[in-house]
Amino acid sequence: MYVAVKGGEKAILNSHKLLAEERRGDPSVPEVSLRQIDQQLGLAVDRVMTEGSLYDRGLVALAIKQARGDLVEAVFLLRAYRTTLPRLAVSEPIDTAAMAVRRRVSATYKDLPGGQVLGPTYDYTHRLLDFALAAETDAPPEALEPAEEPVAHPMLRVCDVLGGEDLLEPETPAGDPASGEPEPFDLTREPLSFPAGRDQRLQNLARGDEGFLLALGYSTQRGFGGNHPFAGEIRLGEVSVEIVPEELGFAIDIGEITVTECQMVNQFAGSASRPAQFTRGYGLTFGHCERKAMAMALVDRALRCRELDETARYPAQDEEFVLYHSDNVEASGFVQHLKLPHYVDFQAELELVRRLRADHGDARRKEAAE
Amino acid sequence: MTAPVRTAPTPLLRVSGLTKRFGPVTACRSISFDLHPGEVIGIVGESGSGKSTLLSCLSARQRPDAGTVEYATRSRGLVDVYALSEPERRLLARTEWGIVHQNPRDGLRMDVSAGGNVGERLMAVGDRHYGHIRAKAEDWLRKVELDLGRIDDLPRTFSGGMQQRLQIARNLVTGPRLVFMDEPTGGLDVSVQARLLDLLRGLVRELGVAAVVVTHDLAVVRLLADRLMVMWRGEVVESGLTDQVLDDPHHPYTQLLVSSVLQV
Amino acid sequence: MTSGIGAAEPMQTTRAAIGDSDPDGADRYNYAYLDEQTKRMIRRCLLKALAVPGYQVPFGSREMPLPYGWGTGGIQVTASIIGPDDVLKVIDQGADDTTNAVSIRRFFARVAAVETTEATAEATVIQTRHRIPEQPLREGQILVYQVPQPEPLRKLEPREGETRKMHAYAEYGLMHVRLYEDIARFGRIATTYSYPVMVNGRHVMSPTPIPKFDNPKMGGNPAVQLFGAGREKRIYAVPPYTDVRSLDFEDHPFAIQRWDECCALCGAGDSYLDEVILDDRGGRMFVCSDTDHCGTRRARGHTGRLGADAATAAAAKPRGAAR
Repeated sequence: MYVAVKGGEKAILNSHKLLAEERRGDPSVPEVSLRQIDQQLGLAVDRVMTEGSLYDRGLVALAIKQARGDLVEAVFLLRAYRTTLPRLAVSEPIDTAAMAVRRRVSATYKDLPGGQVLGPTYDYTHRLLDFALAAETDAPPEALEPAEEPVAHPMLRVCDVLGGEDLLEPETPAGDPASGEPEPFDLTREPLSFPAGRDQRLQNLARGDEGFLLALGYSTQRGFGGNHPFAGEIRLGEVSVEIVPEELGFAIDIGEITVTECQMVNQFAGSASRPAQFTRGYGLTFGHCERKAMAMALVDRALRCRELDETARYPAQDEEFVLYHSDNVEASGFVQHLKLPHYVDFQAELELVRRLRADHGDARRKEAAE
Repeated sequence: MTAPVRTAPTPLLRVSGLTKRFGPVTACRSISFDLHPGEVIGIVGESGSGKSTLLSCLSARQRPDAGTVEYATRSRGLVDVYALSEPERRLLARTEWGIVHQNPRDGLRMDVSAGGNVGERLMAVGDRHYGHIRAKAEDWLRKVELDLGRIDDLPRTFSGGMQQRLQIARNLVTGPRLVFMDEPTGGLDVSVQARLLDLLRGLVRELGVAAVVVTHDLAVVRLLADRLMVMWRGEVVESGLTDQVLDDPHHPYTQLLVSSVLQV
Repeated sequence: MTSGIGAAEPMQTTRAAIGDSDPDGADRYNYAYLDEQTKRMIRRCLLKALAVPGYQVPFGSREMPLPYGWGTGGIQVTASIIGPDDVLKVIDQGADDTTNAVSIRRFFARVAAVETTEATAEATVIQTRHRIPEQPLREGQILVYQVPQPEPLRKLEPREGETRKMHAYAEYGLMHVRLYEDIARFGRIATTYSYPVMVNGRHVMSPTPIPKFDNPKMGGNPAVQLFGAGREKRIYAVPPYTDVRSLDFEDHPFAIQRWDECCALCGAGDSYLDEVILDDRGGRMFVCSDTDHCGTRRARGHTGRLGADAATAAAAKPRGAAR
C-alpha cells in the first residue's frame, strides 16, 4: 500500500521510450531529414544557432529534429553540446563593412551608395495563407530576373557615413590594442558581473530569448524607455571569419558565416562630458534573425542609460533585470524545475499552516469564553 | 525662536565650497556653511534652484564636483564624508543620520509592517531582542501619534500624513544627531501639514537633533528653522536668522519669494 | 558554411551525444563530462569558498545536459571533485529513488564510471537536494548541495549589486526584519525551509531549501559541505567543524519542527517525516523522508505502526543497489 514516488529508474527509461515514439509520430509518414530542416525551416535554424551560440546548421537541424520543433529545447540541446567543445581559437572581429550583402535597408536615408537592397523578406508579402504550398506539388519557385547591376561590394555602412561627420559616436571595440581596453569578456567562461560592460551585455543579448527581447524593445517604443530610434541600417549577408594562429602570426580565413546586423541610431542631447550626438544601439545575430537583431539593438541602447547619464526608470533600462532574465535556457530550466518534488518543503509549510490554524482556533475559543 | 547655538567648539556639519554640475548646468555653486549640534537650518528656493541637489550632496548620496562636506562623528571628530569608505558612509547614514524623503515610498519599506519599518534600524545596529524592538517601535509610534493598533499594518494602507510620520519615527528611533529632510510636508493637505510641523518641531526640540530642511514652503522654515539659506539658480543669495531674513529680505529674489507668499 | 549541410548523408558531427541509444557515447566525453580546465576552475572556486566560509564565489558555470534549476550547480561541483575511487550517493527530498536523484546518479555512473550507493555511511560524495541525511556524516565525506537561489537576501533585495554590498559590509539588519515580520504576524518565526544561517560569525548564508529541521546538522559537521548554484553561477562552502547558527531573536530562539507521529514504517521519532496520503477519506501516514535511514532502521528490526505491511512490500521488491 505504500507507494509514493518510487521506481524512478524504470519510469525514466519508459518515459524515454514514449518520447521517442512521440517524436517519430506516425511511422507511415516519411521521417524528416536534417537537410530538409536546414533548407526548408532555415529561419528556425537561424534562431537556434543564434540563441544556442553555435554556428553549425547541421547540429542545429539535429537539435530541432530531436526537440520535435521546440526551439527553446533545441537551443538547450545545442548549448549543452557546445559547452563540451574545445576552444581552439578566438576569431578576429568580423568586418560587416566587407559583408557580401544580400539585404540592406536603411530608414534614415532615402538613397545612399549601394542603394536599398530588399533581398528575401516577408516585409511586403501579404500575410495570406498560400494554399499552393499545402498542395505539396513541389512546383519550382518563379524564376528571378537577374538584376541590372550587381549588388555593390563592399557596401558602405550608414553608420560610417554618419561617423564621418562625427554626428555618430565612434565605436571602440574591446580588446583593441589601440583603445587600451582589456580583452573582451567571454560570457561562456565567466559569470555576468555588474555593472556589466558592453561586451558582456551584447553577448548576453545575442544569446537572449527573441521573445523576451522583442517585448522589451517594444516597451521602449511605447514609452517605457526614452529611446527615439531610427533603423540606421539593417544588413544581411556573408562575412569571413578569420583567426590568427599563434604559430603563423597573421590572419587566415576559416570560412564564411551569415549574419544579420542592425545599427539603431538614437538621439542624444548631450551630457556633462559629451556634446549632442547620435548614439548607437547594436544588434547582431547568426543567420537571418532580423526581428531579433532589431529588438537587441533597442535594448542595447536602452541599457546604455547609465553610461549616457540618463535616468533609468523602466524595465528595459534595468541591466540586472534584463541581463539576468534574458536567457531562455536558464529561464526554462528554472520555471520547469517546479515540476521536481518539493514535498519536504511542502511538508514543512503544511506543519506550519496547521499550527497557525490551531493557534487561531485557540485564540477564537478563548475570546468566545471571555 | 532661539538663536543659533554658537557655543559648540566645532560644528556638526561643515560645508566648504560645495559645487555640483550637471553638464552645462551648475546645480550648486560654491556653497559654504556650518551647522551646529541641535541647530535647524532651512534651505528654501523654487524647484530647480539646486536645493535638492545640495541636500543629496550633504547627505553623502551624490558626490560634489568640488568642495567638501565634513561631519563631526561621535568617535572621530570632523571627517570628510566623501573621504570615508562606502561601508563607513553607510554606517553613518543608518546610525548618526536620518533622511526623511519627500515621498514616503522612498524612505519606507512598503511591504514591511509599520513596526518592522521602525525596528529595522535597531536591528541594523545589532538589537536581537524581539520584545525590546517591539517596545521601542510602539514607543515611537506613540511619539509620532500613530494608532498602536496599526503597528502590524503595512504602510501602503496608511494615509500620506501617517506614512510621513512613520518615516520620521523610523529615522529617529536610533537617536540620530542629524536629520536631512526633503520637503517633509510636500504633498500633504494643509491641516495635515500643520499637525506634522507641530510634531516635528516638538521632536526636534525635545531630542536636540540638528536638521537640514529643504523646502519651497516658507511656512515650514518659519516654524522649524533657526537659520535660513535662500537658493536661487544654484547659489545661496541670502542667509541669516530665519525671522531676520523673512522680515527684512535684502536680495530681490528673497523679496519676491516673501511677497509672493504674503500675497496668497 | 553558408551552404548548409553538405551532400554527404548522414551528416558528420564531430562527436556523438550521450544517449540511451549510444551506450559508448560516454567515451567521447571527458571523464565526469566537464573538461579538465573547467574542473580546475571550479576547484579553485571551491578552495576560495572553503577559505571564506559562507561567501558566494562567482564561477563560470557551464551549460550542462540537465536543465537549469535541476541540479546543474551540484552536478558541476560533484563532477569537479569526483574520482574513480569515490562512492556516490544522490538524494532528492532525502530519497535515493526519486526521479531526479535517479537521473543524476545515472549520469555520473555513465560519465564518471563511479560506484554508487544508497547507504549514507558508504558514500564518499553525497549530492543532495533539499535534505541532509539523518545519519551523522563523518570526516572525509563531502556533501554537495544543489542550490536554486544562493542569495539569502534576494527576497528582501532583488538587486545583486546591493546584496553584494550588504554581504561585504555585513549589513544584515534586513534579514532580521523578515524574522520580526513573522513573529509580528504569526507569533512565531514562520520560515520553515531555506532558513538563513550565519556562518563562522561573518556571512549570512542560504542553507538551500532544506527544512529548518536540518539546519542544526550544518554546524560543527565533520564533513565538507559544498554548495553549487549553476544558473546563478555561485559556489559557496562550509568547511568541517565550522560554526553555523540559524538566525533568531534572544526571546524567540530558533527551533526545529517536531511531529506528534513517529515513522509508520521504522518507528523513528527523531527523523524528518513526509506525509503520505493513503486514501481520499483523510487517511494518511508519516514516513521518514530519508529512505536510507528508514531502511537501515528496519533492517535492524525497528518497526512502526504499518511496518509489518511495508516489510512485506519491501521483501517483494528489494531495494537493490543503484547500478
